[in-house]
Amino acid sequence: MKNFLKFFLVGIFFGIVLVKSEAVSWYRIFEMFKFQSFHMYGIIGSAVFTGVILLLIAKKKHLKTTQGTYLRVPPKDNGLIRYIVGGSIFGLGWALSGACPGPMYVLVGTGVFSMLIVIAAALVGTFVYGILKRKLPH
Amino acid sequence: MELIKEPWPWYVSGPCIAITMFLLLYFGRTFGMSSNLRTMCAMGGAGKYSEFFKFDWKSQKWNLTVVIGAIVGGFIAHFFLSNPTDINLSTETIKDLHELGFKNVGNSLLPPELFAWKNVLTLKGIALLIVGGFLVGFGTRYAGGCTSGHAITGLSSLQLPSLIAVIGFFIGGLIMIHLIFPILF
Repeated sequence: MKNFLKFFLVGIFFGIVLVKSEAVSWYRIFEMFKFQSFHMYGIIGSAVFTGVILLLIAKKKHLKTTQGTYLRVPPKDNGLIRYIVGGSIFGLGWALSGACPGPMYVLVGTGVFSMLIVIAAALVGTFVYGILKRKLPH
Repeated sequence: MELIKEPWPWYVSGPCIAITMFLLLYFGRTFGMSSNLRTMCAMGGAGKYSEFFKFDWKSQKWNLTVVIGAIVGGFIAHFFLSNPTDINLSTETIKDLHELGFKNVGNSLLPPELFAWKNVLTLKGIALLIVGGFLVGFGTRYAGGCTSGHAITGLSSLQLPSLIAVIGFFIGGLIMIHLIFPILF
Protein backbone atom coordinates (compact mmCIF):
# COMPACT_ATOMS: atom_id res chain seq x y z
CA MET A 1 0.00 0.00 0.00
CA LYS A 2 2.85 2.34 0.89
CA ASN A 3 4.10 1.82 -2.63
CA PHE A 4 0.86 3.12 -4.09
CA LEU A 5 0.52 6.05 -1.72
CA LYS A 6 3.27 8.02 -3.44
CA PHE A 7 1.60 7.56 -6.82
CA PHE A 8 -1.73 8.61 -5.35
CA LEU A 9 -0.12 11.77 -3.96
CA VAL A 10 1.60 12.57 -7.26
CA GLY A 11 -1.80 12.17 -8.95
CA ILE A 12 -3.44 14.56 -6.48
CA PHE A 13 -0.70 17.11 -7.07
CA PHE A 14 -1.07 16.73 -10.84
CA GLY A 15 -4.86 17.10 -10.66
CA ILE A 16 -4.60 20.26 -8.56
CA VAL A 17 -2.00 21.79 -10.90
CA LEU A 18 -4.11 21.07 -13.99
CA VAL A 19 -7.18 22.73 -12.50
CA LYS A 20 -5.35 25.72 -11.04
CA SER A 21 -3.47 26.30 -14.31
CA GLU A 22 -6.79 26.19 -16.22
CA ALA A 23 -5.15 23.71 -18.62
CA VAL A 24 -8.26 21.56 -18.13
CA SER A 25 -10.42 24.28 -19.62
CA TRP A 26 -11.89 23.73 -23.07
CA TYR A 27 -11.81 27.51 -23.52
CA ARG A 28 -8.06 27.63 -22.92
CA ILE A 29 -7.45 24.95 -25.55
CA PHE A 30 -9.58 26.87 -28.06
CA GLU A 31 -7.65 30.05 -27.25
CA MET A 32 -4.35 28.20 -27.70
CA PHE A 33 -5.24 26.90 -31.17
CA LYS A 34 -6.34 30.42 -32.08
CA PHE A 35 -2.96 31.81 -30.92
CA GLN A 36 -4.83 34.43 -28.90
CA SER A 37 -3.05 34.06 -25.58
CA PHE A 38 0.38 33.10 -24.33
CA HIS A 39 -1.08 31.21 -21.36
CA MET A 40 -0.99 27.60 -22.65
CA TYR A 41 2.28 28.14 -24.49
CA GLY A 42 3.74 29.51 -21.27
CA ILE A 43 2.59 26.39 -19.38
CA ILE A 44 3.90 23.89 -21.92
CA GLY A 45 7.05 25.92 -22.61
CA SER A 46 8.00 26.38 -18.96
CA ALA A 47 7.18 22.71 -18.25
CA VAL A 48 9.50 21.58 -21.04
CA PHE A 49 12.18 24.10 -20.02
CA THR A 50 12.07 22.92 -16.39
CA GLY A 51 11.96 19.30 -17.57
CA VAL A 52 15.08 19.71 -19.72
CA ILE A 53 16.96 21.25 -16.78
CA LEU A 54 15.82 18.59 -14.29
CA LEU A 55 16.81 15.78 -16.66
CA LEU A 56 20.20 17.37 -17.33
CA ILE A 57 20.86 17.65 -13.61
CA ALA A 58 19.78 14.04 -13.08
CA LYS A 59 22.16 12.92 -15.82
CA LYS A 60 25.05 15.00 -14.55
CA LYS A 61 24.57 13.77 -10.97
CA HIS A 62 24.02 10.14 -12.10
CA LEU A 63 20.81 10.22 -10.11
CA LYS A 64 19.29 6.83 -9.37
CA THR A 65 15.60 6.04 -9.14
CA THR A 66 14.01 4.51 -6.06
CA GLN A 67 14.25 1.23 -8.03
CA GLY A 68 18.03 1.54 -8.08
CA THR A 69 18.43 2.12 -11.82
CA TYR A 70 19.75 5.28 -13.45
CA LEU A 71 17.04 7.85 -14.04
CA ARG A 72 16.35 7.97 -17.76
CA VAL A 73 13.49 8.49 -20.18
CA PRO A 74 12.85 5.43 -22.35
CA PRO A 75 13.54 6.28 -26.02
CA LYS A 76 10.53 6.50 -28.33
CA ASP A 77 10.44 4.19 -31.36
CA ASN A 78 11.59 5.68 -34.62
CA GLY A 79 8.88 6.51 -37.09
CA LEU A 80 7.19 9.28 -38.95
CA ILE A 81 3.73 8.33 -40.15
CA ARG A 82 2.45 7.14 -36.79
CA TYR A 83 3.58 10.35 -35.11
CA ILE A 84 2.29 12.79 -37.67
CA VAL A 85 -0.96 10.97 -38.49
CA GLY A 86 -1.65 9.67 -34.99
CA GLY A 87 -0.72 13.05 -33.55
CA SER A 88 -3.07 14.86 -35.94
CA ILE A 89 -5.95 12.52 -35.10
CA PHE A 90 -5.37 13.17 -31.41
CA GLY A 91 -5.15 16.93 -32.13
CA LEU A 92 -8.58 16.87 -33.79
CA GLY A 93 -10.07 15.19 -30.75
CA TRP A 94 -8.18 17.37 -28.29
CA ALA A 95 -9.51 20.56 -29.87
CA LEU A 96 -13.06 19.23 -30.13
CA SER A 97 -13.42 17.81 -26.63
CA GLY A 98 -10.97 20.28 -25.08
CA ALA A 99 -9.45 17.48 -23.06
CA CYS A 100 -6.37 15.33 -23.39
CA PRO A 101 -6.15 12.07 -21.43
CA GLY A 102 -4.95 13.73 -18.19
CA PRO A 103 -7.57 16.47 -17.91
CA MET A 104 -10.35 14.02 -18.82
CA TYR A 105 -10.02 12.32 -15.46
CA VAL A 106 -9.33 15.52 -13.56
CA LEU A 107 -12.54 17.05 -14.93
CA VAL A 108 -14.59 14.14 -13.62
CA GLY A 109 -13.24 15.14 -10.20
CA THR A 110 -14.46 18.70 -10.72
CA GLY A 111 -17.96 17.30 -11.16
CA VAL A 112 -18.29 17.23 -14.96
CA PHE A 113 -19.77 13.76 -15.26
CA SER A 114 -20.59 14.14 -18.95
CA MET A 115 -16.81 13.76 -19.39
CA LEU A 116 -17.36 10.05 -18.67
CA ILE A 117 -18.88 9.81 -22.17
CA VAL A 118 -15.65 11.21 -23.62
CA ILE A 119 -13.60 8.74 -21.56
CA ALA A 120 -15.78 5.82 -22.68
CA ALA A 121 -15.40 6.91 -26.31
CA ALA A 122 -11.63 7.23 -25.83
CA LEU A 123 -11.57 3.63 -24.57
CA VAL A 124 -13.41 2.55 -27.71
CA GLY A 125 -10.92 4.53 -29.82
CA THR A 126 -8.00 2.83 -28.07
CA PHE A 127 -9.64 -0.56 -28.57
CA VAL A 128 -10.20 0.06 -32.29
CA TYR A 129 -6.56 1.09 -32.66
CA GLY A 130 -5.52 -2.16 -31.01
CA ILE A 131 -7.63 -4.12 -33.51
CA LEU A 132 -6.33 -2.21 -36.54
CA LYS A 133 -2.71 -1.83 -35.38
CA ARG A 134 -1.23 -4.39 -37.77
CA LYS A 135 -2.98 -2.90 -40.77
CA LEU A 136 -1.92 0.69 -40.10
CA PRO A 137 1.32 2.23 -41.40
CA HIS A 138 3.66 3.18 -38.56
CA MET B 1 -3.86 30.58 1.03
CA GLU B 2 -5.60 33.37 -0.87
CA LEU B 3 -2.85 33.19 -3.48
CA ILE B 4 -3.47 29.47 -3.98
CA LYS B 5 -7.17 30.14 -4.53
CA GLU B 6 -6.48 32.47 -7.44
CA PRO B 7 -5.74 30.92 -10.85
CA TRP B 8 -2.05 30.02 -11.04
CA PRO B 9 0.14 31.83 -13.57
CA TRP B 10 1.78 29.76 -16.30
CA TYR B 11 5.26 30.12 -14.79
CA VAL B 12 4.09 28.34 -11.64
CA SER B 13 1.94 25.69 -13.35
CA GLY B 14 4.46 24.67 -16.02
CA PRO B 15 7.32 23.86 -13.61
CA CYS B 16 4.82 21.99 -11.38
CA ILE B 17 3.93 19.76 -14.35
CA ALA B 18 7.64 19.15 -14.93
CA ILE B 19 7.98 18.16 -11.26
CA THR B 20 5.14 15.66 -11.72
CA MET B 21 7.02 14.12 -14.66
CA PHE B 22 10.29 14.10 -12.75
CA LEU B 23 8.80 12.46 -9.64
CA LEU B 24 7.39 9.61 -11.73
CA LEU B 25 10.77 9.12 -13.44
CA TYR B 26 12.41 9.19 -10.02
CA PHE B 27 10.06 6.41 -8.94
CA GLY B 28 11.29 4.42 -11.93
CA ARG B 29 8.16 4.98 -14.04
CA THR B 30 7.21 7.36 -16.85
CA PHE B 31 4.69 10.15 -17.19
CA GLY B 32 2.03 9.07 -19.68
CA MET B 33 -1.68 9.45 -19.09
CA SER B 34 -3.05 7.93 -22.29
CA SER B 35 -1.42 4.56 -21.51
CA ASN B 36 -4.11 4.12 -18.90
CA LEU B 37 -6.71 3.79 -21.65
CA ARG B 38 -4.84 0.77 -23.01
CA THR B 39 -4.54 -0.65 -19.50
CA MET B 40 -8.29 -0.27 -18.95
CA CYS B 41 -8.99 -2.02 -22.26
CA ALA B 42 -6.73 -4.88 -21.17
CA MET B 43 -8.49 -5.06 -17.80
CA GLY B 44 -11.79 -5.34 -19.60
CA GLY B 45 -10.60 -8.37 -21.56
CA ALA B 46 -9.54 -6.73 -24.84
CA GLY B 47 -6.62 -9.19 -24.96
CA LYS B 48 -9.08 -11.69 -26.44
CA TYR B 49 -9.31 -9.53 -29.55
CA SER B 50 -5.83 -8.15 -30.08
CA GLU B 51 -2.26 -8.93 -29.10
CA PHE B 52 -1.89 -5.23 -28.35
CA PHE B 53 -3.87 -5.72 -25.16
CA LYS B 54 -2.14 -8.94 -24.08
CA PHE B 55 0.16 -7.69 -21.37
CA ASP B 56 0.26 -7.82 -17.63
CA TRP B 57 -2.02 -4.90 -16.85
CA LYS B 58 -1.37 -5.35 -13.14
CA SER B 59 2.11 -3.92 -13.77
CA GLN B 60 0.31 -0.67 -14.62
CA LYS B 61 -1.62 -0.39 -11.37
CA TRP B 62 0.70 2.41 -10.27
CA ASN B 63 -0.48 4.52 -13.24
CA LEU B 64 -4.15 3.81 -12.51
CA THR B 65 -3.38 5.02 -8.99
CA VAL B 66 -2.09 8.29 -10.49
CA VAL B 67 -5.42 8.58 -12.34
CA ILE B 68 -7.42 8.10 -9.14
CA GLY B 69 -5.20 10.71 -7.48
CA ALA B 70 -5.77 13.10 -10.39
CA ILE B 71 -9.55 12.76 -10.00
CA VAL B 72 -9.24 13.48 -6.27
CA GLY B 73 -6.87 16.36 -7.02
CA GLY B 74 -9.41 17.82 -9.46
CA PHE B 75 -12.09 17.57 -6.77
CA ILE B 76 -9.92 19.24 -4.12
CA ALA B 77 -8.74 22.02 -6.43
CA HIS B 78 -12.21 22.79 -7.74
CA PHE B 79 -14.19 22.67 -4.50
CA PHE B 80 -11.67 23.78 -1.88
CA LEU B 81 -8.87 25.68 -3.58
CA SER B 82 -10.69 27.92 -6.06
CA ASN B 83 -12.41 31.25 -5.77
CA PRO B 84 -15.30 31.46 -8.21
CA THR B 85 -13.67 33.58 -10.90
CA ASP B 86 -14.14 33.70 -14.63
CA ILE B 87 -11.35 32.42 -16.82
CA ASN B 88 -9.28 35.36 -17.92
CA LEU B 89 -9.58 34.68 -21.66
CA SER B 90 -8.43 37.12 -24.27
CA THR B 91 -11.09 39.46 -25.64
CA GLU B 92 -10.61 38.07 -29.17
CA THR B 93 -11.29 34.54 -27.91
CA ILE B 94 -14.50 35.66 -26.20
CA LYS B 95 -15.60 37.51 -29.32
CA ASP B 96 -14.83 34.55 -31.61
CA LEU B 97 -16.76 32.17 -29.35
CA HIS B 98 -19.73 34.53 -29.22
CA GLU B 99 -19.76 34.53 -33.00
CA LEU B 100 -19.83 30.72 -32.97
CA GLY B 101 -22.87 30.90 -30.66
CA PHE B 102 -21.27 30.23 -27.27
CA LYS B 103 -22.71 32.22 -24.35
CA ASN B 104 -21.26 33.09 -20.92
CA VAL B 105 -17.79 32.30 -22.24
CA GLY B 106 -15.31 31.56 -19.45
CA ASN B 107 -17.84 31.50 -16.58
CA SER B 108 -17.00 27.85 -15.96
CA LEU B 109 -14.15 25.53 -16.90
CA LEU B 110 -16.10 23.98 -19.75
CA PRO B 111 -18.78 25.35 -22.08
CA PRO B 112 -22.28 24.22 -21.07
CA GLU B 113 -23.07 24.18 -24.80
CA LEU B 114 -21.00 20.98 -24.99
CA PHE B 115 -21.02 19.51 -21.49
CA ALA B 116 -24.32 20.40 -19.76
CA TRP B 117 -26.61 17.35 -19.75
CA LYS B 118 -29.48 19.07 -21.55
CA ASN B 119 -27.11 19.65 -24.49
CA VAL B 120 -25.24 16.36 -24.15
CA LEU B 121 -28.49 14.48 -24.52
CA THR B 122 -29.20 15.76 -28.01
CA LEU B 123 -28.08 13.87 -31.09
CA LYS B 124 -25.51 16.51 -32.00
CA GLY B 125 -24.33 16.95 -28.41
CA ILE B 126 -23.63 13.30 -27.76
CA ALA B 127 -22.11 12.82 -31.22
CA LEU B 128 -19.58 15.61 -30.59
CA LEU B 129 -18.42 14.11 -27.29
CA ILE B 130 -18.23 10.58 -28.70
CA VAL B 131 -16.31 11.65 -31.81
CA GLY B 132 -13.96 13.83 -29.75
CA GLY B 133 -13.24 11.07 -27.25
CA PHE B 134 -12.81 8.43 -29.95
CA LEU B 135 -10.25 10.56 -31.81
CA VAL B 136 -8.33 11.16 -28.58
CA GLY B 137 -8.22 7.45 -27.75
CA PHE B 138 -7.35 6.31 -31.26
CA GLY B 139 -4.88 9.11 -31.99
CA THR B 140 -2.93 8.91 -28.74
CA ARG B 141 -2.38 5.18 -29.10
CA TYR B 142 -1.44 5.50 -32.77
CA ALA B 143 1.03 8.27 -31.89
CA GLY B 144 2.17 6.36 -28.80
CA GLY B 145 1.44 9.15 -26.35
CA CYS B 146 -0.38 12.38 -25.61
CA THR B 147 0.50 15.73 -24.11
CA SER B 148 2.16 14.17 -21.06
CA GLY B 149 4.12 11.46 -22.86
CA HIS B 150 5.19 13.43 -25.93
CA ALA B 151 4.81 17.17 -25.31
CA ILE B 152 6.20 17.13 -21.76
CA THR B 153 8.31 13.98 -21.33
CA GLY B 154 9.42 13.52 -24.94
CA LEU B 155 10.34 17.14 -25.55
CA SER B 156 12.06 17.42 -22.16
CA SER B 157 14.29 14.52 -23.19
CA LEU B 158 14.84 16.09 -26.64
CA GLN B 159 13.34 13.24 -28.65
CA LEU B 160 12.61 13.85 -32.32
CA PRO B 161 9.62 11.45 -32.53
CA SER B 162 7.91 13.49 -29.81
CA LEU B 163 8.52 16.73 -31.66
CA ILE B 164 6.92 15.20 -34.76
CA ALA B 165 3.98 14.04 -32.65
CA VAL B 166 3.51 17.51 -31.14
CA ILE B 167 3.55 19.03 -34.62
CA GLY B 168 0.84 16.50 -35.44
CA PHE B 169 -1.18 17.58 -32.36
CA PHE B 170 -1.12 21.11 -33.74
CA ILE B 171 -2.00 20.13 -37.30
CA GLY B 172 -5.08 18.34 -35.98
CA GLY B 173 -5.99 21.06 -33.49
CA LEU B 174 -5.67 23.86 -36.02
CA ILE B 175 -7.76 21.99 -38.61
CA MET B 176 -10.49 21.39 -36.01
CA ILE B 177 -10.65 24.96 -34.67
CA HIS B 178 -10.13 26.88 -37.91
CA LEU B 179 -11.79 24.67 -40.53
CA ILE B 180 -14.22 22.31 -38.80
CA PHE B 181 -15.61 24.47 -35.96
CA PRO B 182 -17.17 26.99 -38.37
CA ILE B 183 -19.12 24.07 -39.89
CA LEU B 184 -20.07 22.48 -36.56
CA PHE B 185 -21.17 25.59 -34.67
